[in-house]
This record gives sequence, C-alpha cells and structure tokens, in this order.
Amino acid sequence: MTNELDIFVGNTTLIDEDVYRLWLDGYSVSDAVGLRVRSGILEQTGATAGVLQSDTMDHYRTFHMLERLLHTPPKLLHQLVFQIPPSRQALLIERYYAFDEAFVREVLGKKLSKGTKKDLDDISTKTGVTLKSCRRQFDNFKRVFKVVEEMRGSLAGNIQQHFLLSDRLARDYAAVVFFANNRFETGKKKLQYLTFGDLAFCAELMIQNWTPGAVDSQVDDMDVDLDKEFLQDLKELKVLVADKDLLDLHKSLVCTALRGKLSVFPEMEANFKNLSRGLVNIASKLTHTKDVRDLFVDLVEKAPGPLGSLHGHAAQLPPAHVPRLRPRSPDARPACPLLGPAAKGGGGRGIPGQPRSSPPRSARSPGPGARTSRPQPPSAPGRLPPGPGSGPSCPVEWGGGGTGSRAGQGNPAPRGRS
Amino acid sequence: MPGKLKVKIVAGRHLPVMDRASDLTDAFVEVKFGNMTFKTDVYHKSLNPQWNSEWFKFEVDDEDLQDEPLQITVLDHDTYSANDAIGKVYIDIDPLLYSEAATVISGWFPIYDTIHGIRGEINVVVKVDLFNDLNRFRQSSCGVKFFCTTSIPKCYRAVIIHGFVEELVVNEDPEYQWIDRIRTPRASNEARQRLISLMSGELQRKIGLKVLEMRGNAVVGYLQCFDLEGESGLVVRAIGTACTLDKLSSTAAFLPACNSPSKEMKEIPFNEDPNPNTHSSGPSTPLKNQTYSFSPSKSYSRQSSSSDTDLSLTPKTGMGSGSAGKEGGPFKALLRQQTQSALEQREFPFFTLTAFPPGFLVHVGGVVSARSVKLLDRIHNPDEPETRDAWWAEIRQEIKSHAKALGCHAVVGYSESTSICEEVCILSASGTAAVLNPRFLQDGTVEGCLEQRLSWQPGFFSIGSEKGEVDFFPQSQDSSSLLGQEENLPAGCGFCHIPYDELNMPFPAHLTYCYSCRKQKVPDVLFTTIDLPTDATVIGKGCLIQARLCRLKKKAQAEANATAISNLLPFMEYEVHTQLMNKLKLKGMNALFGLRIQITVGENMLMGLASATGVYLTALPTPGGIQIAGKTPNDGSYEQHISHMQKKINDTIAKNKELYEINPPEIPEEIIGSPIPEPRQRSRLLRSQSESSDEVIELDLSHGKKDAFVLEIDDTDAMEDVHSLLTDVPPPSGFYSCNTEIMPGINNWTSEIQMFTSVRVSRLSNINLTNQTLNKNFNDLCENLLKSLYFKLRSMIPCCLCHVNFTVSLPEDELIQVTVTAVAITFDKHQAVQTTKTHVEKSLQRASTDNEELLQFPLELCTDSLGPHPFSPAKEHLESASSNSGIPAAQRATSIDYSSFADRCNSWIELIKLKAQTIRRGSIKTTVSVEKASPLTEGHFRQRSAPACANSTVGVVKMTPLSFIPGAKITKYLGIINMFFIRETTSLREEGGVSGFLHAFIAEVFAMVRAHVAALGGNAVVSYIMKQCVFMENPNKNQAQCLINVSGDAVIFVRESELEIMSTQQPIASCQPACGGGEIAT
Repeated sequence: MTNELDIFVGNTTLIDEDVYRLWLDGYSVSDAVGLRVRSGILEQTGATAGVLQSDTMDHYRTFHMLERLLHTPPKLLHQLVFQIPPSRQALLIERYYAFDEAFVREVLGKKLSKGTKKDLDDISTKTGVTLKSCRRQFDNFKRVFKVVEEMRGSLAGNIQQHFLLSDRLARDYAAVVFFANNRFETGKKKLQYLTFGDLAFCAELMIQNWTPGAVDSQVDDMDVDLDKEFLQDLKELKVLVADKDLLDLHKSLVCTALRGKLSVFPEMEANFKNLSRGLVNIASKLTHTKDVRDLFVDLVEKAPGPLGSLHGHAAQLPPAHVPRLRPRSPDARPACPLLGPAAKGGGGRGIPGQPRSSPPRSARSPGPGARTSRPQPPSAPGRLPPGPGSGPSCPVEWGGGGTGSRAGQGNPAPRGRS
Repeated sequence: MPGKLKVKIVAGRHLPVMDRASDLTDAFVEVKFGNMTFKTDVYHKSLNPQWNSEWFKFEVDDEDLQDEPLQITVLDHDTYSANDAIGKVYIDIDPLLYSEAATVISGWFPIYDTIHGIRGEINVVVKVDLFNDLNRFRQSSCGVKFFCTTSIPKCYRAVIIHGFVEELVVNEDPEYQWIDRIRTPRASNEARQRLISLMSGELQRKIGLKVLEMRGNAVVGYLQCFDLEGESGLVVRAIGTACTLDKLSSTAAFLPACNSPSKEMKEIPFNEDPNPNTHSSGPSTPLKNQTYSFSPSKSYSRQSSSSDTDLSLTPKTGMGSGSAGKEGGPFKALLRQQTQSALEQREFPFFTLTAFPPGFLVHVGGVVSARSVKLLDRIHNPDEPETRDAWWAEIRQEIKSHAKALGCHAVVGYSESTSICEEVCILSASGTAAVLNPRFLQDGTVEGCLEQRLSWQPGFFSIGSEKGEVDFFPQSQDSSSLLGQEENLPAGCGFCHIPYDELNMPFPAHLTYCYSCRKQKVPDVLFTTIDLPTDATVIGKGCLIQARLCRLKKKAQAEANATAISNLLPFMEYEVHTQLMNKLKLKGMNALFGLRIQITVGENMLMGLASATGVYLTALPTPGGIQIAGKTPNDGSYEQHISHMQKKINDTIAKNKELYEINPPEIPEEIIGSPIPEPRQRSRLLRSQSESSDEVIELDLSHGKKDAFVLEIDDTDAMEDVHSLLTDVPPPSGFYSCNTEIMPGINNWTSEIQMFTSVRVSRLSNINLTNQTLNKNFNDLCENLLKSLYFKLRSMIPCCLCHVNFTVSLPEDELIQVTVTAVAITFDKHQAVQTTKTHVEKSLQRASTDNEELLQFPLELCTDSLGPHPFSPAKEHLESASSNSGIPAAQRATSIDYSSFADRCNSWIELIKLKAQTIRRGSIKTTVSVEKASPLTEGHFRQRSAPACANSTVGVVKMTPLSFIPGAKITKYLGIINMFFIRETTSLREEGGVSGFLHAFIAEVFAMVRAHVAALGGNAVVSYIMKQCVFMENPNKNQAQCLINVSGDAVIFVRESELEIMSTQQPIASCQPACGGGEIAT
C-alpha cells in the first residue's frame, strides 16, 4: 500500500525552521530526511521514518509554493493563500535572501549573467555549497539587481523597500549590486584575504561618496554607478605630487589632522610622498573602465610599500570599528601613515557598527536604521574621494569630513561643485 | 422585500500577465446578478488596475437576492480576439439580507479560476438596500438566520426551539449534460459551481420559509450536503433545527460570569436589557407561558399536572418540498392519544443540535441509526423530487420508531449522510434517542416559578410509554426533573438514567443503580452522537476511539450490487460496534460521545469508520476488563499464548487508565442491580425484506456481565482482531485527541489554535486482497495519519486535537481516500493537573458561563393541525397580547411578522392576516429606525477595529470546527459561509503531482473562505466543516479534478483580554442591543 497523495494544510501555514534551512541549503527530500533522522528527531518525538518523510515532503511542497511569492516579497505580505504571522514572514524572507559568505566572494564583482550562472557548478564544487543553493543565491542577486538597477533613491533603501529585507541584509545586497554593476575584480588571489564584509564596507563608502547620488539624490542610477564627473576630477590630483609646494601643504595638513591619532604616524609621515604618489596614480587612472575594475587589485598591488603591505594589520588600525580586517601576514610593520584618524566617521553614518566577520546568513538584529542621514558633503565643496589610500584596509577615513580637513590625506582636491 | 443591490469595483492587484508581449494586462470586470450585467472600463496595461467604478445597481426581488450569487468576472480585453477570462468571484449576499449580520461586504477577494486557481485579487464593495414587503404570499425568507453551529450560538438566547426542518432540491448535473461534450472544462466547471450556488441559495430560502411558518427566526445546526449522483442528477439537501433566537444584549455579555445557576442570576441579561423591544423582556414571559403552553402532562403522561412548559416538537411535517405547511393549532385539553398519534404520524422530533443547556436533556437512550441502500434513477421532474424525499422520509420514520423503542420521544444530535458509488447509494441517518425535559423553563418570572412550584407534583414523563408507565415512577425522582431541588442534588447523572422500561428492555443490557445518585438504573455503557453534556461529571480525560473495518464485495451491477451491499451492512455494523466496545473497554472507559459511523461504498469493497470520544462517566459502572478464552484449552503452548495475550491486554488497560487519569473511587459492590441475563447477541437488527432497501438499527449492545467480557479466540480472524486492538498506539505525551467540541477533562485552554485539513490517498497494491490485509492496510493508513498529525503539531504541545473528523471515500477500485479536519488547541499543562473535585467544579463553572446565554430554553409543544382551531397559537397569543397592555411592542411585531410569513395556501390563515395587517404598520416603523441605527453601530465598530488591522496588511482570520474560540468571546455572528469550488488541471505533473495540486487547492479554499469572512468584517469562522472533498485523477492524461464544499459561521470575536478595554467603550456596545431587538421585526 503506497500513499499516492499525502498532504497537510493548516489554516496558519506551518513552517519548520529546520526543514526550511535544509530546503534553502538545497538538499533533496531524501537527503533532508536523512539529515533529520541523524539529528535525533525520531527519538525525541517517537515518530517513524515514514512520518518524517511525509512531513518533509509537505514542508518542501509548501516552500516550493512559497518560493514564487518570495521572489517578490511584498506579494508575500499581501497574498491571501498562505496565512503566515508577520514574524514568520520576515523570517522566511530574510532566510531566503541570506547568502553564504563563501559563495558571495566567488560571485562578487562578476557580471550577473547567464555565463556566470553556468559556472555555478564549479563554484558549488569549490565552495561546498549545493548547486541548488548556489542557484537560489545567484538568482536572488540577479533579481535584486534587476529591480533596483535603474531606480532612483538610495540603493539600500530601495532594496529594503522592494525586498523587505533587514537593514543589514539590504546593505549587503547594495554592496553586491554595486560590485556587480561596476564589475570590480575581487577574485584575484591577492584579494582573497578580504572578506565580503570588508568589501561591502568599501562599497558602502563608495556608494556614499563616489556616486552621483552623493551629490544629488534625485538622479537615476544614483547609487549604482560611479560618478563619471568625479572620476574625471580625480585627474587633477596629480598636482599634489607634481607641485612641491602643494605636496608640502598637503602633507602638513594631513599630518596635523592625524597627529596623535595614529600609532603608525611616524611611518606615515616619513613615507608620505611615496604614499601620496601611489594613491594619486591610481586615482588619476580611474576614468578608464578597466582601471576601475582593477581598483582593488591596484590598491593592493600598486600602492607603494607601506600601504601595500599594511593591509590587514588590524592592530594597527586605530578606529575600533574595523576589527574585521584580518592580518594577512604576521609581520607587523608599524605605521601606516595614510591611515587617517578615521575622523569619527561622520556620526557613524553608514559605518557598520559590528564586526563583519560573522557570516552574513546568521540572523541579525536589524541594524541601526539605514542610512537615514545621508550627509551631504560638509563644508568642503565636494565629496571626499576615498582616494588610493583608502584601500580596503582603511576605509574608515571616508566616513565623513568630521575633521573638516578633507579627511583625505593624500588625495584631496576639493571638487568644486558648488 | 424587493431590494437594491449595489456593487462597486474598486481595484485589482497581482493580476496575472495576460499579454505576453507587454507582460501586462488590460483588465476589466463584468458584474452579473441574475440576468443583468454591468461592465467596468478597461484599465489598460496594468497588473494592479484601479477601476474605482461607479455603483452598479441591480433592482431585484428578494427571492433572487436569496437564490442568486453575485458573480464578478475579471477579463482581459483583447481588441482582435475574444476577451480572455482571468477568473471569477462568487459572492453570496445572503449575510446582507438580515440587518443583524453584516451591513456591507467590502474587501479583497481572490480571483478564482477553475483551471488556474487563484489569480490575483479584486477589491469589491457590496451593499443591499432592502425595502419592506407587505406581500404575505412571498416566496422569500429574508431575515431568517442560519447557523452551522450545532448549539445555541454564543451571543443568542433560545426563546423557543421549534424543531426539525429539512428540504432538498434536485437538478441535472451540468457535468453530465450533452453540452458538456462540446464545451471547455472551464465552462463546465463554472456552470456547475454556479448551479450549486444557485441551488443552495434556493434551498436556504425554502428552509427559511418553513422556519417562518413555524414562527421561528433562525436555523441552528444547519447542515447542507450535496449528493453527486452522476447521471441521475445533483441533489442538494439540508437539515437543521428551527429556533426562535433572541440576541443577548451586549451589556449582558460583559457581565461577570455568574457561576451560580440560580434563576435570579440568569434573568439579569434581560432584566437589564435597555431595549424594551427585545423578545425576552420580563412581562412577556408569563404571558407566553399562558398562551403558548398547554400542560405537557396532559399530553404526555397521565400523572403530572404541571403547567408552564412549552415543549415544541416540530409542528412541521418532515417531508415535502413545496408541501403546504400546517399551522400548529393550539390545544389546551387534549387527549393523550391524540397527541401521540400526532407525534407519531407527522413529526420528526429531531434536533440537529449536539449541545444543550444543562438540564434540558433528561435521559439519553442510546444511538439510533438507520441505513438504506437505494438504486439511483434519473430524476425526471426536478421540481418534484418525490423519490428522494420519500427515501429520506422512510429513514426518518425508521429512526423515530427506534427512538420510541428506546422509550424516547426525541432524537438529538441527528445527522444524515450518503455514500454513492455508481448507481448505488447508501442513505444513512443517526442520532441519539433522548427524553427532553418538558418543564425546562428557566426564564419564568417569579410568578411563573411560583406557579410551577405550586402545581408541580412528582410525576414522570415519557413518550411512547404504552408499556407500563408504573415502572417509570422511580425515575421521576430524577434530579434534573425536580426543579425545586435541582440545586441541591449532584447534577450530571440524570441523563445517563435509562429512559426505557427495565422489565421490557428493547435490547439486552446490564443495568445497575446509578453510581452517583444510587437511585436510578443506568446501563453499563452509553453510546451517543451528542457532545458531552456540560453538567456531566467525568473522571480523567477522554480520548478518540475509532473502529475501522473493510469488507470485500464482489463487483456487481445495479440490483445485484445493492443486494450484496444490503447483505453486508448488518455484519459491518455489528463488527464496528464490537470493535468500538472492545476499544472502549481497553481504554477503561464506559461511554462514547460524538459517535459517527460512516459506511462508504466502493466498487469492490465497503468501508466502515466509526469515530467517537470515549470518557469515563462517574454515573456508570466501572467497565470490566477483557478476557480471552481459547477454543482448545488442552494445548499447552496455545494456553501459554493466550495467557500472554491476556497479560498484554490487562497491561494495556492499566496503562490507559493511568494515561487518561481514570481513577474512580472504589465502590462497594452491594448496590449492583439485578442483571438481566441475556444471551450476548445482536438482538436489534431490523431488516426489511425489500430488495433494494435495507434498514439496520444500531443500538447499544451491552455485553453480558461486568468483568466477564470475553473474547473468544476460535480462529485466526479473532486473533487478528485482538492483535489489532493492541496495535492502536496512544498519542505521544502532551497530546490528546477527541472528536467532540471539547475534550472532557481539559478546561484551561489557551488561545493558540490551528485548524488543518489532511488528506491521504492510498493505493492498495496487492491484487489478492483479503479482508484481513485490507483491514490492516486501512488501520495503518488511519494510524499513520494520526501519527503524522501528532508529529506536525508537536510544537504546540501540550495540546489537544478537537473535533477530529475523519471522512473515508473510495474514489476508485484500489484507492482509499481519508480526509481529516480538526483543530489543535493548546492548553495550560500546569492547571491541567487537578483533583477531580476541582475539575468538576470547573466544568460546572464553565458550563454555567458557557450557557449563560442559552439558559432560557423552553420547548414549545404545538403539534400541528390538532383539531379544528381556526387560529394558530400565535394568533391567540396575539389576541391576548393585544388585550394585554404589558406586552412590548417588538414582541407583538415579531409574532405578527412570523405569522404573516405563514403559508399562503391555507384559507383560514387569511383571517389572521387581516388582523395581523393592522399591527404590521407598527412593525415597519421599528424596522426602519433600526436600519438607520445599525450602520452607525457598524461604523463605530469598524473605526475601532481599523487601527488594529492597519499594522498587518492581511488581517488574520481564524478557522475552527468548534463553535467557540478559546480565550475569546464571540460578539457577533455575520452570517453563514457556504462555498463550493471545483478545481481542474490538465497539467498535473507541472503542478507538483496530485499532492501539489490538492495542497494548493485546499490552501486556496482556505484563502477564499478567509477573504469572504474578512470582507464581511469578521475575524473568524466557527463550526467550520469541509463537507465534501471529492478528488479524481487520471495520471495518464495528466489530469485531475477536485470538488470541495465547505461551510461555517463567520463571526467577530474579541479576545477576553481585550474585553476589558472594550468595556470602557460601553456606549458603543450598548447600541447593539438596540438593533438586536429591532431586527427581530425585520
């Protein structure tokens, strides 16, 4: 006797978090049953394997039906077919859109195209994430990208609004979208030590300061593309290297601003010229798409000595809120002249207050309200470009012109855009 | 009452993409009612159109208003080809037809397509303006309220319970018409849905007319069923209990629960009633007593002379669609014989209710049931469905005579069902024979009581007591019948006392003196179809007991088939009964409640499934154990085996007693009455000889002496039986289950509820099936299903599955389909552990709070057409009422209105109408003023509830098969929900196979029910029932079809915790009685 049909429908849709996780992780029904058996649930409840099989099937079927709605989360809220308490709805959405750290590092900066999708097999093998789960995560990226790509307004805000994600997850997605759109190369071996959290942090600051939206909140694509005009302006920074007087002036300004705030200050002061030159070189090339893509690679490879080898020296980084950087090599070169005082991060805007080291999929409490106050560039006329110095390792200084010293140490050139 | 129906189409959302090119839709809406159709403009290129249409107005008869559903079709405009249908919404506007319920239907409805399922939603506003109709010859019955709930609805009070109403209508099934060959499946499904909607509207209207004839204003326990007879047509039938209900004033609802059952307390609700128009106001009561009532003692028994009771036993003839109803005639001094003959010949003293106020039920005789096998033939004239009517009449007659044989004059917890396979149909009816309390009247004023006490003499009451009344004398001491002493005696055993004659018992039973009062005789086990009476005292907890049985049957055609089934039925009934009895003993319990035996017929087998809730009643004797006796006592190993089994059984009993906390006090044996030795046999197996028809009665069979319940193991079959007894595993700890409304022994419910439906279809693999393997398969199927439920709901522990309702069907040769609907309710474990005493107190307390509203519960006995009286009692009442200045206006209006609804054919009614006419004018005024007032209250309510809903986008709608919501108070009944859906697919695999298809469909059905309730302004469905779930598949063709019929009562409930907040808003609440009272006049 076999069961041809076996269903259970509750007036309130039953959702088993454990089974949901197994489903999200891409396990087949039989694998999931196996895993559940191993979890010891049979002993706890006195159920039989048949019961477990039927229960798992039921949940999988429910999730399958819900998946269509999860693609457009607002529909899940308004639909009438599944009665789900709001807290459970939020859980369903958040978990569905959560992604694996390993997976996202593979895909970050890649074009979200069919071609990439074909490579998911390899990624799956490499990361150990099931292909099904890879597909879901990839499709999530792509779906979010498509929806918010051409939208006005804050990127993370849009994502949050259209996908009802938590503040934190929305910001992560903003980073994914920003990277995918600008196709920053992140897959190089040299960049492997950077976590998604690190890159997301950079993305956030770049979105805040380098995009058209930073100046005008009513432009299309405001947060997604880099501001062409701004990149153009960066060329003018060369004067800081070419002109001796300006170089000195720049140095003195930066040093004044950073004195006492940086443990590696003497190093920075000593190497200021080299550092400045390296960063300015990178900055001035950013008008070329190719160079934009290689921005992170260049920052690691081409930034001169102290800066280049400084990455990841968490201990050296003064501001408390960058602990997520992990040391790449044990050699503790003391100073990083370029590490700014972090300038108190402009009232914490956009600076994640928590370490990024935890994998993003862990349930998080919603962060402190999205970028509510998008600080318009302060007294200084333009935004402060992160400049080369603000490589992945020292993004904090772009937190905002709290110091008023154009917080950029080497790469300043106020962009006059009154 | 012609009316104006107004419909406004506001907007749509989440529409499907109909134009592939643009990925958008050009949607418009057709609104159809009867033959009239309106259209909205086309809203181009949007999946979320905003039509915001004008008000479409339909001016229609009230007859149409009752019958027709409002049909809303959403279409995609196509310039060049035909417009594509997106889907439809059917809205039953019946709830708008009585002002007490909803005043507006407004909300988002899922757009449903029979092929694609739900495709987006549409926002619709519907209103009805009713005009008063002076035509007394009308065919409509607007204003009669319908309730699925099988007890008196929580915010009402029963003034009179009139009795049984039934009706059926037949039609050709569109699926079997010739046109079906050329039309699309969609068109065919829609035709069917529409037809059934129309038929149930018509049925409800006709039932309503009958109720009005009986001068009732509501139908409680309304059960409507469809028989899909295939070629021979489509039958929609309904039964219910006609009542006159009074809305309890809301102020009363907010009163603290009165725990003492004293009369004075109970009167508070209506003494405080601010509205003089309510039916229940003080002065009217004694008057009513004088006018309506006659002495039941005169009619029913020779001795008693008491006075004030209104025992109404259905003045209506049970049969006959379209037959002229007869006005009940008043009779003051009638000969007993006359009454009895009247009862015997015309009435079906049946009540579909399963729960009653305490004291209403005097004695319970036992389960009575009747089945009949019929061959279906084409219904030639749908307007006169005589054959079907005659069939049911036959069965009801049978039931009635069985009840009488048990010494009972009424049948409670009555229900009817069918099982159809090809052209053979089994009709079944069952109920519980009972004696009801004719003196039950608690709304008497002081005079009334006085009168009652003065005139009351010890007497007894029995119907059908041709045989030896004298023997009944001792029973008149029964506590519940003695009004004056009622409070002093331990209640809760009266209903167990036998109603029949001890010396002339209808079947062999083992009688003992009642274990609570020691005065009356009680049987050793009691089977009933009703819920556990609230005043009954039980020990421990109850549990779900099921008997499952399969019987193979040869495939046969027509008459041969019918004969084969007829021959099998009695054996099945017997086995089911034996199983139930064995399992009951195994659980150490002595009574079954909510018994429901379903016999299903298939091509090559018959299935029997009986579900009931076992309890240990303190009044009944402790059940003896089960003893096993072997046939061949000489064989040593065999002997050993037997003793091993015996030990196992004894262990199980002991374990069960512990599990269900059954620890009855030890009782000395001396009071055991004289057992009447009878051979253990099936004594009551009445079978008629007719070829195609077979009736079987199921009675209590009590098996021999106490402690001597012997199971003889004489062959392998018997061995199997014993094994199967022991295979039933108890639910995991923390779980309880029952199929009654509430679990006996658990009172501290918390508020979390989860209603669910689970369906399983199993294919029998082996071809050489035997009865044993079949039984085992079926048993496993049910057990596994239960286990699955326990597993799924484990997060709710401790919880109880209540109202577990199993339905079995045999859709194909080797397929068994089991459908379960139930509700899981959590309870507080810590409080659950109580001593028996506090538990009893609690249950009593709960009983009194629960029934606070229903306490007044007189029966009105007005047998119809007795004597040549020209006037109905109501008319007399009216006359005296008019002469009596004390009677409130509304009541006058009420009775007049009812009488005016009365049958148009009877010439003698004409007289009354003339009289009625004069006073009617007054009633119109009342109505108008009320109609003005009620939207206002509604408005208040909405305003209040609005902010609560604003937070979440979709309001939560609870669904429960129970008549109440734990931890909450139902404040308003909004109308009956009765919906029928068909879903079909031609891409079964793509939709996830049969499971995916049905899962989605049931979820959609729930969604549509919730949407309708929400649109009515409600937040819950109570007494929800899935009456039909017919599933057919053809995997080879990748096709499947499913029909589902559900019903329930839409209500507004308020959490008890919120009640306190609400009570600060008393002004608003107190508006409600105003409309409550007035609406009776509508």
